[in-house]
Amino acid sequence: MVQYFSSLDPITLLKSFPGSIAQGMVWCVLALGVYITFRILDFADLTVDGSIAFGGAVCVMLIRAGISPIVATIVSFFAGMVAGIITGLLTTLLGIPGILASILTQISLYSINLHIMGQSNMPVSVDKYPLLVSLRYVTDSTQSAVLFFVGMIIFIFLLIGVLYNFFGTEVGASIRATGCNPNMARAQGINTNYIKVLTLGIANGLVGLSGALCGQFSGAADVNMGRGAIVIGLAAVIIGEVIFGKFASKRKAAFAWTMGAVVCGSIIYYMVYQFVLWLKFPSDDMKILTAAVVAAFLAIPYLKEKSSVKKGAAKHE
Amino acid sequence: MNKALELRDIHKVFNKGTVNEKVALNGLSLELEPGDFVTIIGGNGAGKSTMLNAVAGVWPVDSGQIIVNGEDITMLPEHKRATYLGRVFQDPMTGTAATMDIEENMALAYRRGRKRTLKRGLTNEERDLFREKLATLDLGLEDRMTTKVGLLSGGQRQAVTLLMASLKKPELLLLDEHTAALDPKTAAKVLEISDQIINEYHLTAMMVTHNMKDAIVHGNRLIMMNEGRIIYDVRGEEKKNLHVKDLLAKFEEISGSEFANDRMMLS
Repeated sequence: MVQYFSSLDPITLLKSFPGSIAQGMVWCVLALGVYITFRILDFADLTVDGSIAFGGAVCVMLIRAGISPIVATIVSFFAGMVAGIITGLLTTLLGIPGILASILTQISLYSINLHIMGQSNMPVSVDKYPLLVSLRYVTDSTQSAVLFFVGMIIFIFLLIGVLYNFFGTEVGASIRATGCNPNMARAQGINTNYIKVLTLGIANGLVGLSGALCGQFSGAADVNMGRGAIVIGLAAVIIGEVIFGKFASKRKAAFAWTMGAVVCGSIIYYMVYQFVLWLKFPSDDMKILTAAVVAAFLAIPYLKEKSSVKKGAAKHE
Repeated sequence: MNKALELRDIHKVFNKGTVNEKVALNGLSLELEPGDFVTIIGGNGAGKSTMLNAVAGVWPVDSGQIIVNGEDITMLPEHKRATYLGRVFQDPMTGTAATMDIEENMALAYRRGRKRTLKRGLTNEERDLFREKLATLDLGLEDRMTTKVGLLSGGQRQAVTLLMASLKKPELLLLDEHTAALDPKTAAKVLEISDQIINEYHLTAMMVTHNMKDAIVHGNRLIMMNEGRIIYDVRGEEKKNLHVKDLLAKFEEISGSEFANDRMMLS
């Protein structure tokens, strides 16, 4: 025991935190996409696992072909969007149940990503290309790290601003209504099928963008980089909601604060992840740990309600 | 002048070809004049709600024609028919989006039948208009416009849904047992609001109800349905002079003759 604790070095942990915060910032874009489908549209979209790798593969291949990283990243957004639209069409036009439709897209993307890259892993070196983000920027020098974090923070603020305004438009309100009560939405003349396709497109666009940033950040796109991505996204959403949810919902512009909470959730997830690794938890078991955390936090509100119903029933007796 | 609504020989069978096959609408025909407020009664499974759902386009009908103010809407999907229709449902949860504010719900209804763009989903002028309209309900909701609809009582939600249904004047207002889930006092209040809104905006309305007294007191016309078609249709003075016992007698007369038919088939 003593030996175990003495082998832990707090300095290593502290030194690794900037890297995990940076990774959380890169993944928060995916978390926002998951928030849009899972919470706003009420659609469990597993396309995410495929579309993040799709975004990564497209971006890395374009950069390697000499296209500017900004353009490549933007193209990845649209690539992800196409993936989401396909899931949307499978479920609305062809009547395939939502979760299954998204799994079909996800599994197809696995083959497509292999075709795009020609192999399962494709590196993109920060030495050769002017990447937008990279772990190296965080670790190289204080100056480059500051530049990276300031850039990311501005980008995230802009993103939240755009999304906040979008969900305040007529189309945005239609998306919220469709997610909340599709019968009501149709009775108000909203084409809920079109809204579903559109929303899946936008959300997976964000996921593709996140994949582009991820690929650049870690210096490679990998066909397996999306495995379990949906669970990480959900973990970020749930951590954000549990820690900051009450605080955010009481604010003016509560929706913007909630998205901020999701961003923080993503960063906290990667800091906790780093912490658990630091405790020498085997990295192979990280996925089951993440899944357990998500399952527990999804179950809590349900169990709470159930127990309050029981209490209520007991009172009546 | 066009009829407000024409239903021509509508047929609808659910679960066709299975053991659960159910003939829901069986040659249903009906014409409504503009300004008609018709109440609809009938036993369980008579096809009352099914008729409203057929008009609203919840599913396509098997055959027949649905014409609203001269326009054939038989082939239109549900969201396109919304242009013509205001709807209030039995379950107060169905008509509104619970996680959105009162004003946001009204803004959604205010855009019924209009293309939705990237313009603001709710403007300040609209807020003023909605506040004015909510004040007419006399429920104090005009001071709670940013309250989530999910926090309102069932009666309040139905009142808001009624208001939403009339914000853009519909060709036809469909009330599907919209007071059935409420306590008697609240139900009376919501009915009063329904009358008020129908009169104020000169709406053509169809109201399904289980309460025969309500069916007699409200509206200018009453129809009784049985086995997917209309079996009794009264209006004007004749309707006003109806009593619940007349309707009950009518009811028994029909079910009684059926009973006799069944017996004949058995013997």
